[in-house]
Amino acid sequence: MRNFEYQKADSVNAAVSAHAGQPSSFVAGGTTLLDLVKIDIMQPERVVDVNGLPLYDVEELDDGRLKIGAMVSNTDLAYHPKVVDQYAVLSEALLSGASTSLRNKATTGGNVMQRVRCPYFRDGVSACNKREPGSGCAAIGGHNRSVHAVLGTSDKCIASHPSDMCVAMAAIGATVLVSGPNGEREIDFLDFHLLPGDSPEKEHALEADELITHVVLDAPIKGSRSTYLKLRDRASYQFALASSGVIIATDGNTIRDARIAMGGVGTKPWRAREAEQALIGQPATEASFKKAAEIAFKGATPYEHNAFKIPLGQQAVVRSLTNATAA
Amino acid sequence: MTDKIQAKIIGASKPRIDGPQKLSGQAMYAADHHLPNMAYAYGVFSTVASGTIDNIDLSKAKQMPGVIDIFHHDHFPSLYRTPSSFAQENKVDETRLPFEDGKVYYPGQFVALVVADTFANARAAAYAVKVAYSADAEPIATLSQALERGDKPKTADSSGHSRGNPDSAFESSANQIDVTYVTPMETHNPMEMHASVANWENGDLVLYESSQGVIFARNVMAKVFGLPPERVEVRSPFIGSGFGSKLWLWPHAIAAAAAAREVGRPVQLVVPRQQMFTTTGHRPPTQQQIRIGADDNGKLTALTHDSVNTTSMVDTYVETTGSCTKSLYDCENLRVSHATIGANHGTPTSMRAPGAAPGLFALESAMDEMAEKLNMDPLEFRKANYTERDQSMDLPFSSIHLMEAFDKGAEKFGWSKRNAEIGSMGDGDEILGWGMAACNWEALKMNCDARVSLRADGTAYASCATQDIGTGTYTIVAQAVSAITGIPLDKIEVELGDSSYPSGPVSGGSWATATTLPAIAEATRSAIDALKSYAISDGGAFAGAKSDDLSFDDGKLVDGDGKSVAYTDVLSQLKLANADGEAHTPGAPQGEYSFRSFGAHFVEVRWDPGISRLRVSRVVSAIDVGQIINEKTSANQVEGAIAMGIGMALFEATEYDEGSGLPVNNNYAEYLVPVHADQPDSVDVILLDHPDYAFNEFGARGIGEIGITGMAAAVANAVHHATGKRIRELPIRLEELMSA
Repeated sequence: MRNFEYQKADSVNAAVSAHAGQPSSFVAGGTTLLDLVKIDIMQPERVVDVNGLPLYDVEELDDGRLKIGAMVSNTDLAYHPKVVDQYAVLSEALLSGASTSLRNKATTGGNVMQRVRCPYFRDGVSACNKREPGSGCAAIGGHNRSVHAVLGTSDKCIASHPSDMCVAMAAIGATVLVSGPNGEREIDFLDFHLLPGDSPEKEHALEADELITHVVLDAPIKGSRSTYLKLRDRASYQFALASSGVIIATDGNTIRDARIAMGGVGTKPWRAREAEQALIGQPATEASFKKAAEIAFKGATPYEHNAFKIPLGQQAVVRSLTNATAA
Repeated sequence: MTDKIQAKIIGASKPRIDGPQKLSGQAMYAADHHLPNMAYAYGVFSTVASGTIDNIDLSKAKQMPGVIDIFHHDHFPSLYRTPSSFAQENKVDETRLPFEDGKVYYPGQFVALVVADTFANARAAAYAVKVAYSADAEPIATLSQALERGDKPKTADSSGHSRGNPDSAFESSANQIDVTYVTPMETHNPMEMHASVANWENGDLVLYESSQGVIFARNVMAKVFGLPPERVEVRSPFIGSGFGSKLWLWPHAIAAAAAAREVGRPVQLVVPRQQMFTTTGHRPPTQQQIRIGADDNGKLTALTHDSVNTTSMVDTYVETTGSCTKSLYDCENLRVSHATIGANHGTPTSMRAPGAAPGLFALESAMDEMAEKLNMDPLEFRKANYTERDQSMDLPFSSIHLMEAFDKGAEKFGWSKRNAEIGSMGDGDEILGWGMAACNWEALKMNCDARVSLRADGTAYASCATQDIGTGTYTIVAQAVSAITGIPLDKIEVELGDSSYPSGPVSGGSWATATTLPAIAEATRSAIDALKSYAISDGGAFAGAKSDDLSFDDGKLVDGDGKSVAYTDVLSQLKLANADGEAHTPGAPQGEYSFRSFGAHFVEVRWDPGISRLRVSRVVSAIDVGQIINEKTSANQVEGAIAMGIGMALFEATEYDEGSGLPVNNNYAEYLVPVHADQPDSVDVILLDHPDYAFNEFGARGIGEIGITGMAAAVANAVHHATGKRIRELPIRLEELMSA
């Protein structure tokens, strides 16, 4: 860890101003930032502490949407009655992530900003276009089993997005509210995380000095059921090898609406729209689910050690859809 | 006095006497010591796997706040190597001194050491040190790379064994298997980091070190600094476990002590978690070829077990995978051999059940394969090859209850209900797999000294320079004193983990119990003898009596006429503080018996093919380790070893990039060990509890290691039963089980 200047913000505007002008980071729970600062991968010269800003509320809006303050902890969000009741996929995704103590610290805004677990990004010396643009990607052709993607990769970066929460939000549909030097704006959740493409160092749609203040979830789909399934080697405390968050509504045995998002397999929280479309109007059967799962991984690119994520991800989709439609 | 030792406190289920200190934070671990005027050291670690240092640029780091000095190969005191002898008690596994030269032999090697006024300043400055290397283009990162392009493997003759005609007997066997097993590098990962706090006063060194062997550590430091051992003291009263990684000193401790002497201040150095994967030892990867020949009745006719492991480029460490193979089953024609080959890793070291853990994965998997080939039940196949004689030593086992372990384990598990057909035991979405394997470990006993005092205030005191690494040694020492004296546990003070105490054993090899307790018992009796000599002296409670006329019973001296006096009164009457006894007890008796422990694991796995999920759901382990001293801490050792065995079977592998040779998963998130949620729904540990008095007066053989042996094989065999897949390379990963 290098020395840095520490500043505590007493308002959103003050936080944004304090952030401007030099390499800075906002710190909320610190579960990503401090981790990376300690191993010298992030070297902010100033850290702006946003703890205490009035962003701790979960509020149901008149249009049925749910507005979540950026400082709401993963634990509080997972156990919020409205989330448990209307957004089971989100509650389950949150509780499948990290550990109790980490979830107590980690925040909604911070989790959206979680950074990748690629060992070549984190070792500080290997070729990594995300850490040092233009240096190459040691993960392609290296150890790329567990925390590397098969969807949305490029020849510059194949690191998978690590968040479970974001997968659920991608399935639900959401809007990210941000404040910056030029005021407030909204970013569609599915546009927030960027594909690596030729510039994997650019990970999200935030402009300079913008701060996430809220995430607003779309209103729940009427009559739907949702669930999250995370597959990994050990039973807890591991990033997903493959995960699936699904929301499904049926009329009788016919699928009326469906949402599918996947984790562990994509370079961003991966929404599978084409697979969703393939389900609508179909009977809620294993055959339909398998077909959707195949479509969800159409065009996936396997790497040397993670080819299994394609069938594993398909299994996650099929089983989560099965669970969500079980009698 | 042996009848006294059978007092009911031996074998009782007692909580750790040091538990309250640990729970309340009073137990001081190495890095808890912050001495006055102490400085903090942080390492700079090589970021190449092999090569030489061209330049170390300190210009920025030296200007950083709080920096006192920065050491490296051109700025470090000249020290001596230790002879590294187990017999002389100065062994290390990495003999090269830190900063000895500008060469890099492995990634994560110390290349510089920053000393600063605070930990944060030391670390910040360490990150500002710029090191330029000439890196070798093709470092050797793995065992397979070493075998492809490294030097020829070196055979380790002393650990090999051969009898009969193994090769020709194999060739002529009616049934044969010839299979190769691979185990990965594993890292110990004790919760407590390796840490040193070094303090020099008047040329004497006091070192607080997280150590499994304070006597060895003291002797090594004395050798390295060219001092008589009396001028070095190593303290390690509490250790947050070690699993073998803290048996012998590593370069960080030498670096910390040298830095402290150079800067003239106490220095604390904590090894970061990342470097605990590189510079404090590991279990090396192995490749093991096993050939088994058997006749049609299931009797072994030939067995060969030839293995190779990587070692570092600077030292040789042999993983003796055949150590159990040579005597576990009855077989006239047998060979085990071990070889090593260099790789760009730090030097390997013992990790819980060294040799046996990877070795029995191979042997007990191969036994399962042969049973399948013979169409025999795997348990029956093992029973058909049972022996009560160690054929490698040509001696009988002192005590063996393996058959009872097989039977009791099988009964508790319900083995007779196993349907041998692959994948036949379904349960909803899941398929059950049932597998078993034998466990085995050598019983060892070392020389030991101890001191015991009976004190006038009604308490007793015992000390020995062994350690409690979290296993319960404090508690069983108190139990031994209590068993002889009748003094309750809460009145017995035990001090361990200081090299100034009477010389005790390294806490390793499962030998601490068998080694320490006889010395404690002997010292207790010696203290009682001293008490008697005081009692019969002028003015004593039994003045004029003969020592032989007195006996000690439940805290009192008693004579033949029925007069009894509490020992506290005997001492008080003479204004004496205490009665002391010292003892020296020898190693295990030689020549009559082979001393080994035995057992069997029965494992159920659940495989959900629809989501490729594998979990261990049930374990029954029956363990034959002689007398149990403390049921609670003993069961805890086996349960912990089962958890570690699950990790070995399913998760653990320390990985290096094949191109750069750099570590890939040297952190707690990506190096997977089992977590609570991975623990089986039920774990039954059956302790057979048959005292082995040929080994020592307590009849105890030690219990730290045997529980992990055979566990990975039992899991792999269960996986085969569930899935039909025979996994010969650990860890067992779900992608290997998914249908092609």
